[in-house]
Amino acid sequence: MRQKLTGTESQHYLDALAAKRKKKVNAFLHAVAQHAVLISLSAVFLLPLFLVTVISLMNHGQAQTRSLWPHPFVWHNYLAVFTAVPFIKWTLNTMFVAALSTIGTVISSVPPAYVLSRLQWRGRGITFIIILSTMMLPGQVTMIPVYIIFAKLHWIPSFLPLIVPAFFADAFSIFLLRQFFVSIPDEISDAARIDGCGEFKLMMRIIVPLAKPAIMAIALFSFLGSWDNFFGPLLYVVENPNLWTLGIGLNAFQGLHHVEANMMMTASVLFMAPVIILFFFAQKVFIEGITLTGVKG
Amino acid sequence: MPKRKRLKRPRLFIFLCLSPWIFGMVGFTLYPMIASFYQSFTKFNLIDSPKWVGLQNYHRMFFQDPLFWKALRNTMWISAISIPLRIAFAIFAAWILTKPKRGTNFYRTIFFLPSMVPAVAGTMVFAYIFNPAYGPVNRGLQAIGIKNPPFWFMDPHWSKWGLIILGLWGIGDTMIIFLAGLLDVPRTLYEAASLEGATAWQSFRYVTFPMITPVIFFSGVTGVIGSFQYFTQAYVASGQVNDYSHSMYFYATHIYHEAFQAYDMGYASALAWVLLVITLFFTAIILQTQKRWVHYPNGSLFK
Repeated sequence: MRQKLTGTESQHYLDALAAKRKKKVNAFLHAVAQHAVLISLSAVFLLPLFLVTVISLMNHGQAQTRSLWPHPFVWHNYLAVFTAVPFIKWTLNTMFVAALSTIGTVISSVPPAYVLSRLQWRGRGITFIIILSTMMLPGQVTMIPVYIIFAKLHWIPSFLPLIVPAFFADAFSIFLLRQFFVSIPDEISDAARIDGCGEFKLMMRIIVPLAKPAIMAIALFSFLGSWDNFFGPLLYVVENPNLWTLGIGLNAFQGLHHVEANMMMTASVLFMAPVIILFFFAQKVFIEGITLTGVKG
Repeated sequence: MPKRKRLKRPRLFIFLCLSPWIFGMVGFTLYPMIASFYQSFTKFNLIDSPKWVGLQNYHRMFFQDPLFWKALRNTMWISAISIPLRIAFAIFAAWILTKPKRGTNFYRTIFFLPSMVPAVAGTMVFAYIFNPAYGPVNRGLQAIGIKNPPFWFMDPHWSKWGLIILGLWGIGDTMIIFLAGLLDVPRTLYEAASLEGATAWQSFRYVTFPMITPVIFFSGVTGVIGSFQYFTQAYVASGQVNDYSHSMYFYATHIYHEAFQAYDMGYASALAWVLLVITLFFTAIILQTQKRWVHYPNGSLFK
């Protein structure tokens, strides 16, 4: 293979080889630098989660000291927390509210999104703009009269004020679904209509199954939103400890003196665990959902 | 034949489909807005019916309520710092995610994870790790030679920084939107820039940045609206310490206290309407300036 090279030719050959190697080394150094930054950022993001887990395994005395590693590991904390506070009741309350408001949001938001994207009618544009502007409206402006309505209905304290509004469509979910629905080709609807398919059947049998990812996304977002919601329960269920959700319970529990720091961290881990597990299973749905609501023409 | 069917089909169907939203809009938005506007001119404590007092609530707010000014100043301060900081950090995190050939999904998962943590749990965790006596953060700061690290949530000068860091930790969802924006920038633009001999900074400044201005604009608007409603983290964090100096007392906290602790519904409604006006004012400023700096490759957002 190798031919005998003249002086200049071999010099060229060596130069080219050196350049190539240099490029390779450069690319390698770049990659190392990038991964170094990414790994350190990852460490920063994970550190609080790591620390809370570690502290949740310490005993009470140790959690109040400056030590950083459990000695001994008190796995028992994860049992004790259930007797220290009504943790199971709080979890069930939170799940109940989250599940029902998720169902409400999905069944009430799909139809408006459908007619806003798949049908032509007068007033459609203005309706969509009104929906978008309600998304921007600060909740404080409507909060007090809404509270008064629920008070007059004798719904406070109860779960009803946290669940019932979800059945009246959610602007953000309508927006997200609409963004997805418009991307489905019109020909699909036209073909079904020519075959004599009614509009309701068309929505339920053809469009909804095609929009499964978007529907999953709004279901996840409303479940999480409800799981995370602190302000709503603070207004509507705080008076009755039997109705406390995890957020309210934990916040109340931190104010009590007999409650220990390590237990607080144990409870926090248990509070965030379901959401984190959910995320690992449904990561794709989340990320696509968020991307869909971002600014995309 | 399908044509005639098409004509009579939609009306009732459209109305039925929209009805959950229409009733919700009237019952939970339109009526409450009108009612709270009216109540803002009344004295109202939930038990007695509202009594008209004219502009008294507004007068009290601007001239007799130091806590209103305190809350407003705190809110403006944290917005002015955290909104730009969050956007910059989200862009940086998203940008570095687009760089490596391998492992992007892995890092993205980690960066995104904290934004899933419920606000109450996240705040309690931060209150613990920022604890000046035994928290690991100050221990770490001392280890790298900072002799007197701040007392964070226990120090009125540092408590807001604690909240800002807590907010930056949960940057994941904003970052995902920027990531999508960055991945949308056509590769050919970068190639063109590099042929012209652009440096890395120049290619960011003149290629990447203009292409993601719509996302910056969007996060700016949602950031303003969100930060005037900032409540949970501040409420939970100030429950951990005795925040006598009201350093973590924000606008939404003030409304909550006036409405549901003092039961002064009329005054709280007036506060809420001023909040709306302030939010609209800042949103309008951002909207006004957008022509100058926001670049829409495919025309406007609302085509």
